Amino acid sequence: MASALINVPKKAKRGETIEIKTLMSHIMETGYRHTAEGEVVPRDIITTFSCRYNGAEIFRAELFPAISANPFITFFTVANESGKFEFEWTGDRGFAATASASITVE
Amino acid sequence: MQDDSTRRQFLGLAGSAAVLGAVPIVTLRPAEATPAMLASAIRNVVGEAVVRTGRVKLEVPPLVENGNTVPMTVSVQNPMTTEDHVKSIHVFNEKNPQPNIGNFYLSPQAGRAQISTRIRLADSQKIVAIARLSDGSFWSATVDVVVTLAACTDEVI
Repeated sequence: MASALINVPKKAKRGETIEIKTLMSHIMETGYRHTAEGEVVPRDIITTFSCRYNGAEIFRAELFPAISANPFITFFTVANESGKFEFEWTGDRGFAATASASITVE
Repeated sequence: MQDDSTRRQFLGLAGSAAVLGAVPIVTLRPAEATPAMLASAIRNVVGEAVVRTGRVKLEVPPLVENGNTVPMTVSVQNPMTTEDHVKSIHVFNEKNPQPNIGNFYLSPQAGRAQISTRIRLADSQKIVAIARLSDGSFWSATVDVVVTLAACTDEVI
């Protein structure tokens, strides 16, 4: 089923800019492909991704069929305080997945 | 009687001709996003604002072997402070079935205005990245990509 890979540094200095890398396993079916019988394979993609840092949203993405299978998204944030990153993916056919990672800021 | 029958025949013929005429009208959906669709997708985001070239760096390999997964990085020259930061980054394409690739919303605490992902390209084409800044201005970068193996939108599975 849905499995996520998250890469967040375990430790950071206060005020340091850190990179966050995320990958969610998902087919990202475009809705533009056909079966041998000529039927359109219905679209099945992740449409939104968001990241919260200690409850506050710090990043959000809207995805389209042009995003490759197993969406890989990286972005940056300033490490201000120790705490938790919460990630959320939602999409077609009621797809919903979450993941989290914690960081120690010293 | 003769007149009546020809009139009936004529009406019958006219009716069937109208039916025949109606049948071949098939709605054709463009197989790829046209430059007009690209332009209107960009208008949906920027409205009437002027989009200036610069400040945005769009990194995509100029020659792509496999269009199914193309690494892409967008970065914007910006200090990322509360007063002056990048609010969002929007990426578009010219020839995929849909002009949008992704919209990315950043917070002023991002530290660095840069995002990376992997995208699909159905053909050799132009990619456009547009950044919306906190002062309301828009900046863009455009890159041409040559794709040797396209992402198979028409693939039979």
